[in-house]
Amino acid sequence: MSETTDTFVPKPSLPPPSGSVGITYWVRSRLFDGPVNSLLTLGAIWLLASTLIPLIDWAVIEAHFIGTDPNLCRTGGACWLFVDERLRFFVYGFYPDGQLWRVNLVLGAAVLAIGYLAIPNLPGKRWVVPAAIVGLPVLTILFMHGGVFGLPIVATDQWSGLTLTLVLSVVGIVAALPLGIVLALGRRSQMPAVRIICVVFIEVWRGVPLISVLFMASVMLPLFLPEGMQFSKVLRAMIGIVMFESAYMAEVVRGGLQAIPRGQFEAAAALGLGYWRTMALVVLPQALKLVIPGIVNTFIALFKDTTLVLIIGLFDVLATIHATIVDPEWPDIAPEGYIFAAMVFWVFCFGMSRYSQALERKLHTGHKRN
Amino acid sequence: MKASYLAVGFGALVAVAMAAPASAATLDTVKSRGQLICGVNNSLPGFSAPDEKGQWSGIDVDYCKALAAVVLGDASKVKYVPLNAKERLTALQTGEIDVLARNTTWTMSRDTGLGLSFVGVNYYDGQGFMVKKSLGVKSAKDLNGASVCVQAGTTTELNLADYFRANNMKYQSVVFDTSDQTLTGFNSDRCDVLTSDQSQLYGLRSKLPDPSKAEVLPEVISKEPLGPVVRQGDDQWFNIARWTLIAMLNLEEAGVTKKNVDEMLKSTNPDVRRLLGADGDFGSKMGVTNDFAVKIVKAVGNYGESFEKTVGMDSPLKIARGLNALWTKGGLMYGAPVR
Repeated sequence: MSETTDTFVPKPSLPPPSGSVGITYWVRSRLFDGPVNSLLTLGAIWLLASTLIPLIDWAVIEAHFIGTDPNLCRTGGACWLFVDERLRFFVYGFYPDGQLWRVNLVLGAAVLAIGYLAIPNLPGKRWVVPAAIVGLPVLTILFMHGGVFGLPIVATDQWSGLTLTLVLSVVGIVAALPLGIVLALGRRSQMPAVRIICVVFIEVWRGVPLISVLFMASVMLPLFLPEGMQFSKVLRAMIGIVMFESAYMAEVVRGGLQAIPRGQFEAAAALGLGYWRTMALVVLPQALKLVIPGIVNTFIALFKDTTLVLIIGLFDVLATIHATIVDPEWPDIAPEGYIFAAMVFWVFCFGMSRYSQALERKLHTGHKRN
Repeated sequence: MKASYLAVGFGALVAVAMAAPASAATLDTVKSRGQLICGVNNSLPGFSAPDEKGQWSGIDVDYCKALAAVVLGDASKVKYVPLNAKERLTALQTGEIDVLARNTTWTMSRDTGLGLSFVGVNYYDGQGFMVKKSLGVKSAKDLNGASVCVQAGTTTELNLADYFRANNMKYQSVVFDTSDQTLTGFNSDRCDVLTSDQSQLYGLRSKLPDPSKAEVLPEVISKEPLGPVVRQGDDQWFNIARWTLIAMLNLEEAGVTKKNVDEMLKSTNPDVRRLLGADGDFGSKMGVTNDFAVKIVKAVGNYGESFEKTVGMDSPLKIARGLNALWTKGGLMYGAPVR
């Protein structure tokens, strides 16, 4: 008796029922799934078409990109040649013409340092960080301010445009983070004096709008200083911004500190670590990692807050745009100016946001719940 | 209780700080610094605005240059401090700037109550109206029932209400936050009329897609004499600032221009000779050189030249001289004689 074993040969799978694949199915199931959704889809299409088409038409198709004559812009769409014409003023402001290389040098160094840190797996990063934190401000003072190596002094009131925005925000970011960490630790301290000082500092600065801080710095402060004693408005604004943002930063960091379980402190104590080493080696690395989104949030807010210096007469990038859109030689170019400002700010803020996400992924050690 | 002591102490400190007189003579301070510090507007085209290289120009800026030429002999030795409307007077009180040339209206309270002195008037401004030519309106008196675009929270808004009430006319105000928004409103037919200071109306008109379709009405409904300001209590500095302005007017009246100044120095007209320092010692009595008027005209020209270049027919604003013409030509500009 011969036994034959039938091997199971599956039939080729049937094609999916007609009408359940392809673009038509997708459109029908996602966009025109019932009368309500169909109406919503049509409404959305109409909304997009009626806003996007004129916008693209204005911003790209009918826009003026080349040329130097303001009268070209009397007709047609957006006038981007205005931005092109005034770009030097937007970026460098009042910085004297022959000295622009000094700004470029400092900005170039900053871009190099940040770029080096942003690329993963490069050697020697632990030296680049302190070098950048110490080196960049020194470079800024030496080259942008001048007075050494035979460079003529460029007083801080001539720092303006995007340059000023970057200087203010980089200084704010670099100074506010350490100050915020110290304040956060102080607020959780066992020592009443330290704790009270930190609480008062944080609550006072956090409870006051930045505009009034800047106004105090620019209008009230000079009234109290002795006659003839003046320090530059940029410095005053810088100190105001650092104080203000460090109070915010302190609360963000404190949020991270509170998330660290008690066991971590006890384990560190069991290892014989003192307060500072417990904080520096065990608690802060975990706490700061937890609050990266909050820290970057504060940085982005700080970056945008620097535009408020406009009201105390400093020329940040928004103020330079503000000052040029009223130029009577040009037709009404306010929309182009503000759109340009928005794009500049978006590029920087989006960059910061992406960097923080990359950092979070890199420091991810598996405790994240998702 | 404690709080009230604090408040009193704070108030006293402010009072002391405010009352502190200008100690060192401003002239000496400026000379030893080698630079005049001049407070100007952030950006008001024609008055003071930075160009694409960050160089300042305008009629207020010209005044700063003229003063620097008088005091330091070099019109380029000016540091411009852009100030907004709120901080401008404080900046002068605290000595942060030497002179304020920032289209500041000369009012009694500012002149008498703040420890400041107005030097004179370098531009007679006033609130006016801009209408579309298609309306066919020739006078502000015909504006009954009009809708008016106006900037919120300014004295402009109050003057507008006063004017229409005084003339028994009705209007509807369309309020905007900034002056470029009022222009957008005007341009998109949200209103028939736009009101603002006349000096700004011309600037706004030039931004319209077709400026020739709008016109500025002749009526001026408020007095806004704009002029430079110095601190009270330094009479020498006040005199130099005042006579710099008067010299610019007198130069125009005498017909001295940037081009002909060297010929005019040889003039036999005693008025011109005194003005240019060829006769007498009027400048040195004030603490500057006798030929200070020559330095002014070489740096920025006479008042008329400066006016035409910055706000007048040679500028995009194209403002007519109007009230700012010399008294000999039907305006209000009248320089006291050099004698």
